[in-house]
Amino acid sequence: MSQSLVGEVEPATGPDPDRPRHPEPGVIRGAEARRLVRFLLRRPGLVLSILVVALVVLAAFWPTLFTSRDPLLGVPVDRFQGPGAQHWFGTDELGRDLYARVVHGAALSLKATLIAVGVAFVVGGTIGLVAGFVGRWGEDVLMRIVDVLLAIPALFLSLALVTALGFGTVKVAVAVGLASVASFARVMRAEVLRVRQAVYVEAARSTGARWYSVLLRHVLPNAIGPVLVLATLELGIAVLAVSSLSFLGYGAPPPAPEWGTLISTGRNYLANAWWLSTLPGLTVAATVLATNRIARALDGESATQR
Amino acid sequence: MRRYLAGRLGQAVAVLWAAYTVSFLVLDLLPGDPVSAMAAGGLDQAAIEPAQIEALRREYGFDQPILVQYLNYLGRAVRGDFGNSVATGRPVTSTLADALPYTLQLTAAALVLAVVLGGAVALYATYTAHRWLRQLLMSLPSLGVSLPTFWIGLMLVQLLSFRLRLLPAFGNEGAASLILPAVTLAVPTGAMLAQLLAKSLLTTLDEPYVQTARAKGAGRTRVHLRHALRNAALPAFTMAGILVGNLMAGSVVVETVFSRNGVGRETVSAVTVQDIPVVQGVIVFGASTFVLANLAVDLIYPLLDPRIVVAAAQQRSTG
Repeated sequence: MSQSLVGEVEPATGPDPDRPRHPEPGVIRGAEARRLVRFLLRRPGLVLSILVVALVVLAAFWPTLFTSRDPLLGVPVDRFQGPGAQHWFGTDELGRDLYARVVHGAALSLKATLIAVGVAFVVGGTIGLVAGFVGRWGEDVLMRIVDVLLAIPALFLSLALVTALGFGTVKVAVAVGLASVASFARVMRAEVLRVRQAVYVEAARSTGARWYSVLLRHVLPNAIGPVLVLATLELGIAVLAVSSLSFLGYGAPPPAPEWGTLISTGRNYLANAWWLSTLPGLTVAATVLATNRIARALDGESATQR
Repeated sequence: MRRYLAGRLGQAVAVLWAAYTVSFLVLDLLPGDPVSAMAAGGLDQAAIEPAQIEALRREYGFDQPILVQYLNYLGRAVRGDFGNSVATGRPVTSTLADALPYTLQLTAAALVLAVVLGGAVALYATYTAHRWLRQLLMSLPSLGVSLPTFWIGLMLVQLLSFRLRLLPAFGNEGAASLILPAVTLAVPTGAMLAQLLAKSLLTTLDEPYVQTARAKGAGRTRVHLRHALRNAALPAFTMAGILVGNLMAGSVVVETVFSRNGVGRETVSAVTVQDIPVVQGVIVFGASTFVLANLAVDLIYPLLDPRIVVAAAQQRSTG
């Protein structure tokens, strides 16, 4: 219907200088690539962070790339071996290889993190989008609910949700996600309010575009950037929250090698096997540091470079 | 001023009511009620007769329409009665009240540590002239917020209790047992505070009035502490509500790590056996610490920055 017309109008109003619609392919791409390389070379920490996250993702999907051992198979003779060439991270009380368990645990932890951030992003984003777009009392009601969610400390909120939903990795992840809905809703609403005033939205409206088409084709794509940055920032928080809840014992049941659970079982052998909780903890810390570093780069540095 | 206070108090009460409602919605409307949790063997795995379940349902009022239930519970909660723990049968209020002193000790100690350490890091990072030291100090806070709290606790126990045998690892006997938990809990909060304070110090130091102070011959230290810090601390001060909320949430994990008594321990065991009345009490308690901290900030802030009350009054008259 009016969509083809809107599609022609939009580039003419030139709304978004950040994303050129028709770049001259060769020239621009070469220059951009060179700029990206220079940007990264000046930031070794960022490169390392990208590497860490890439390794975690690889480990989550193809754990056999990193280890051929079975994370659940215990060799009783080998119990409580310290870290060394044979067992990089040592072995646990049943003689299971801790490195294999950490590598295989990446899948569970990544899954939980992505579910948590996904839930927060979709639910919070939708609340913010509707609140910002509808305005008036609808906005008031939604944002007051969000304010109340902010008043309850996130961990208490996710504990309440875990009580209601039950235990397990997915449920813990959903609880963590729902507990962090508020910040997404706030950022999304602020962005929608900003974009709603833009000339191209007015233009789309005046050319007769339906409200849903204005919302989905014009408001949403231009408002979603900062929310995506928030999502990357939330990754680290979600890793920590999920591992805290599985440390408290609400995550995957015992034999599963979840990171928080690994640290928590290591707690029983602190005095004689330091590696059991130290090394999985370092893995969690490295992952969180890396995602935070990348989020910071997306948030500020790359934007000011442009 | 009285209007300002009344407005703030009204807001606080509204937030508490809403927090209670949210906890009611989450815990009582989602599938499963305390009675079926009991029947499912949350306690002693013994099967409960259907007739008994019915009787329990009637006792707890689950056979009534949801709105009636809500109003009943709300009416009792206003009078400070959150019902009895499903697991122990004790009133929720006294369960939490008994645990509260331990948690208050822990969080107060952690708050002091967090303010002192976080403040020192932020001040020195923005003060030092050495580039490398500045970068090192500036990276500490982002490290502090990235480490899992329970892991920090376990590492401290391993090093200071098991290796060096300096401090007790577990329990809550004596002041020495408070040190490790308080340090653990202070790390994330202190790091957050340091991030905030360093950021606002950097912006404040660029302000013209700081230049004026320097031009008038005030020394670097004096400018930093007397001129810049006073204004830079205000934004960090307004975050007190969130910081206290963080401390309360952190105490859940820290009390578990160090096997200390407290509200956090009660929370964990309540969640484990799906003891809904206790969990509900904890949520309202968590929200009330946040609300109280914010209320305290609202009351003290006008003393630190008189512009606030004036602005609030103007807002009311125009809006």
